[in-house]
Parts: sequence; C-alpha cells; structure tokens
Amino acid sequence: MLEQLTHVQVWVHDQDEALAFYTEKLGMELREDVTVPEMGNFRWLSVGIPGQDVSITLMAIPGPPVFDEETREQIQKLMAKGASGGLFFATDDAQGSYEELKSRGVEFTQEPSEQPYGIDAGFRDVSGNHFRMAQRSSG
Amino acid sequence: MASVPPERHLLRAKDIADARFREPLDVPALARAAYLSPAHFSREFRRAFGETPHQYLLTRRLERAAALLRNTDRSVADICFNVGLRSVGSFTTSFQRVYGMSPTAYRAAHPPLERALIPTCVLQAYARPHGSSFREDTNAA
Repeated sequence: MLEQLTHVQVWVHDQDEALAFYTEKLGMELREDVTVPEMGNFRWLSVGIPGQDVSITLMAIPGPPVFDEETREQIQKLMAKGASGGLFFATDDAQGSYEELKSRGVEFTQEPSEQPYGIDAGFRDVSGNHFRMAQRSSG
Repeated sequence: MASVPPERHLLRAKDIADARFREPLDVPALARAAYLSPAHFSREFRRAFGETPHQYLLTRRLERAAALLRNTDRSVADICFNVGLRSVGSFTTSFQRVYGMSPTAYRAAHPPLERALIPTCVLQAYARPHGSSFREDTNAA
C-alpha cells in the first residue's frame, strides 16, 4: 500500500524566481533540477527542508500539449488571485522565524498571533502560494 | 523572467485587508498597495474577486466582530473599534443587515466555539459573511 508522501507540487509563475525564493529566502535546499530538451525543456525542479524527506516540486504552469494557452492563462490568473491550496509548516520559534524571513523580504499575510493551538503566521511566495507556519503549544 | 499577472497586486491588497483591518484602513490605502487609482482599483478588484474592496474589508471586519462577540465578553463598542470601525451606529446597522440580528442578539444566540484545531486563517476565510443580498453601507467604513 501507499508508504510515504515524497513530493507535493506547487505551481510557480517563474521557476528561476521560485528557486531563488525557496532556497535563499525560505532556507530550503535544492533537491532535483532536471531539464528534458525533448519534452520542450520541461524542468523537474524540487526543493525541501534540510533534514526532512518530503520535497516540494516547483512546477511551471505548462502550455500545450499539457494545457492550451487559455487554460494556462486561467491557472496563472487563479494563482495570482491566491486560489492555490496551502502548505503548512512547523516552527519551534514563530516570532524568530517571522523576523528572520521578513528581513529576507518574505511577504507576510499575517504576523505571528496567538491561537488556541499555538502561535501561527502566514506568508506567500512570489507566485501567490499561501503558506502558514505554526509553533504548536506543547501538551 | 515572466511578468507578474496584474491579479497578484490585487491579491496583495486583499491580504492587507485581512492583515490590517484593525487599523483605519480604507480603499485608497488598499489601492496604493495595488499600484492603482482608487476607482480603477475598485473595478479591477471586483472583476477579480467578485465583490468590491469596500465590501471585502467591511465583511472581514464583521466576521472578526462576530468571532469576538462569540468568544469574548468585550463590549459591543470595544469590539467595533477593535475591528477598525469608528461608528458604533453604522457597525450595528451593518451587522444587523448581514447577520439578521443585532450584535447583542448574535452573542446571546451563539455560545463560544469549542477550542478547535482548525487553523484560525481557515475559519476566518470560511466564516466571512457573503451573499447576493448584501448591500453596501458606504458610511460604515
């Protein structure tokens, strides 16, 4: 049966820009970067949090033959409107991580705030993907 | 590098409404975040998200007010100012129109939510009042 979650995919507006954001600003590591010329230079690009095995695939929004131009434009617009799903991260220091990420230019949608389950904060990547980080209260 | 779709700037303005509704935030301030004139911004925002920025900001404030009524014992006036509204009269009017009852009646009818594991950002997004019958109160913000 299914054993393990290995990759989650996010659509990105520009893979180079996204790679810089996820590695330089969010502190992730590059995992895979493979370009396939015979597939229209399709680029499989993934990053991850050092020490954790799940990878995030930074997928360019494809045109033909995967999607027609109109569909691609619709996905681009939906992404820019914030219609992506979200990814949730854990942190042991929400305030410290917030300050560090903010100083690197990460765009926060919500400052760290107290919730029944801990302290959480929200931010976005350049493409409009929505992320949360939570410092869970112990016990 | 691919150019950023214009909707991304509108999303930034929407994020600011969600993050800073407690401040005396208004539509011109949101328009500046999207690099658009207020009139153009309102049209584009509505085209992208299906409601005007004024309406979005007001319903965000009302949703937070409803949560505070439900989960705290703070006074109606205190809650009104806490969510960035400046007139208790128009707050009560807008609240009545959207929730179909006064803030006090709402509090009486809704016991505090149980300590939940659902992230607050999710509750906040799903609980924001929205409906075709909603009419704007231009005096409320």
